[in-house]
Amino acid sequence: MKLLIKGGRVIDPENRMDEVLDLLVEGDKISKAEKNIKCPADKIIDAADKIVIPGLVDLHAHLREPGREDKETVLSATRAALKGGVTTILAMPNTSPAMDSPENVALLQEIIRRDAQTNVLICGAITMARQGRELTDIAGLKKAGVRAVSDDGSAVDNEQLFFEALKKAKEEKVLVTCHCEDRLLSNKGVVNLGFTSTRLGLRGISRESEYKRIERDICLAEKAKASIHIAHVSCKESVEIIAIAKKRGVHLTCEACPHHFSLSEEDVLDYDANKKMNPPLRGKEDVEAIRQGLKDGIIDAIASDHAPHTENEKDIEFERAEFGVIGLETMLAVSITELVSGGILNWPNLVRRMSLGPAKILGLDKGTLGAGCVADIAVVDPEKEWTVEKGGFVSKSRNSAFLGRKLKGVVEYTIHNGIIAYPFDNGICR
Amino acid sequence: MTWTRKDLLGLEYLSREEINLILETAESFKEVSSRDIKKVPALRGKTVVNLFYEPSTRTRVSFEVAAKRLSADVINIASETSSVRKGETLIDTGKNIEALKADILVIRHNYSGAANMLAEHLNISVVNAGDGWHEHPTQALLDIFTLKEKLGRIEGLEVVIVGDISHSRVARSNIWGLNKLGAKVTVCAPKMLIPAGIERMGARISYNIDQALENADAVNVLRMQFERDNEEAFPKQLEYFKDFGITRERLKRAKKNILVMHPGPINRGIELSSEVADGPGSVILEQVTNGIAVRMAVLFLTAQAGEEKK
Repeated sequence: MKLLIKGGRVIDPENRMDEVLDLLVEGDKISKAEKNIKCPADKIIDAADKIVIPGLVDLHAHLREPGREDKETVLSATRAALKGGVTTILAMPNTSPAMDSPENVALLQEIIRRDAQTNVLICGAITMARQGRELTDIAGLKKAGVRAVSDDGSAVDNEQLFFEALKKAKEEKVLVTCHCEDRLLSNKGVVNLGFTSTRLGLRGISRESEYKRIERDICLAEKAKASIHIAHVSCKESVEIIAIAKKRGVHLTCEACPHHFSLSEEDVLDYDANKKMNPPLRGKEDVEAIRQGLKDGIIDAIASDHAPHTENEKDIEFERAEFGVIGLETMLAVSITELVSGGILNWPNLVRRMSLGPAKILGLDKGTLGAGCVADIAVVDPEKEWTVEKGGFVSKSRNSAFLGRKLKGVVEYTIHNGIIAYPFDNGICR
Repeated sequence: MTWTRKDLLGLEYLSREEINLILETAESFKEVSSRDIKKVPALRGKTVVNLFYEPSTRTRVSFEVAAKRLSADVINIASETSSVRKGETLIDTGKNIEALKADILVIRHNYSGAANMLAEHLNISVVNAGDGWHEHPTQALLDIFTLKEKLGRIEGLEVVIVGDISHSRVARSNIWGLNKLGAKVTVCAPKMLIPAGIERMGARISYNIDQALENADAVNVLRMQFERDNEEAFPKQLEYFKDFGITRERLKRAKKNILVMHPGPINRGIELSSEVADGPGSVILEQVTNGIAVRMAVLFLTAQAGEEKK
């Protein structure tokens, strides 16, 4: 099958491409990126005034399967991903059971083979049941197919154990994704510590609880000569610490989430649990630091931290509500609205943070549109505005922090492995 | 100025004019309690439900008396085994009460934001009778009412709040309210009991009660709960009384007519001495009396606004 994407602004920083071109897709690969390709095709997408980018690579999503299929499944999450222009997902291991053994990974691989509509890579757990007590069989997990390990949702408090994990991960060439939180310092908090927590009468999560743990993890990684990736960086000090470590040559990457560069603690003043997540929404100066970090490239990637929860777990007292928000369907539009329209990132840099950068972090040959690459592509209308509405989600959950927000940027087509996978009923495939 | 809010959730959300309107309305209701027949028909045919998820006698009784003096029907639901344990969500409980055609729901809850959440989901009036560490607006209103009655004004007064500020909804509501009316508020406590960023609410911070009391017109003494959580730093009881307890000795060095207030129930010898509690500057029992007038005003105003919104 041949697919021709005509006349879009094709952005591929890996190949220094940013011009109006046609893209020809043959089979599952991109075969040509040229001006005015004249060639019969089975389907032609008119991409005039659209932007054509490599499909997004999301380093951080909770797919909830196996265990909490009421919140999300591999099928529903990957469909949501397609709607958001995402074609590769790194699935976090805090499922039930957790991804702490080759057997559990094999179980999820089976579900992925059956249901996934995008690439789904599995992040294994660092410790058994993510309890922080006993290391998993990282070599075995690697053989079963994991690309990275993390106890995401919790940090590994035991320093010795974490150091062992780093050494093992280095041996196995597995990325370690760090959820950086010192729970003694975050002390059951639910919002950012400071004026906001005091005003709301809620327990606060200090910034120290994040950046002190980042300092520790960087120090251990340096000692183990391992590569680490810091998940969901939320505060100014963290960005500063990471910048210094990078300068020193530590093998270190990090990500930030759309809610952390677009919303601040003041957005929680209505006790809306759809704005409760960990790390929490921080102060204005933190939001500014995250934006600047994305601009400077200190922050390598934008990740959704897609964390679906049912309404029953969110429409309750703020302190009792679960942490986390969904993000697969809004991550691109929020980034366009806040960063591109906001003058923080140009399009090539946006693609670096959302496609190319995260692909490189995982060592994937993705995030580009060069001839011969697998055709994972998003065609985006960059100017079209839409409002985030509860009824509009493909995800099984609706716990978005952006409900009611007007965003700019709509994914018109998502092509995965050379096939138009979104819109879902396009009459051509599936 | 007319009152348009169906709910009273906190003093943070009110304007100076709205607070003054409540105080004026309370003034006119205060006289009712000194009549032979302590009743007016203002809320006749209205139903007030007191939904209390925390043990409370004084606030609940005060709301009940206030509602009855306005001729409302009152239903008390005390839920020490909270709905959480019964499996019903707070919103569902609220909707059930709404379905009973109650007009006002008075809620006391151990979680901050509980009243805000109910107000958002219900069409009937919601009055916050204390939510977690967040706000206790009627307590602050009765404190302010008492101050104004005793000292004739709020503007320019210096008020010290001493005690566990971190965990106090009374302190928060007082800071918002007093600031809006032009008083100067100082919070005084050991460092571990001063919450982050409180100065941005408009409070000055002092760690020395003697200094704090120097120019104070009134001191609001918070109840100390030494049995609190073990999970956070908390001062030792004797040490606290020595450094922050309100005693006659301490007050001798303060302004001569300094008022002593307390939201109750008082712990004699723990946050203030008996001599002070029973002393000439103490207005603790007058606060209780004024609480009825203030709550009558709040029930009356919110019910009216609720009626108009129906």
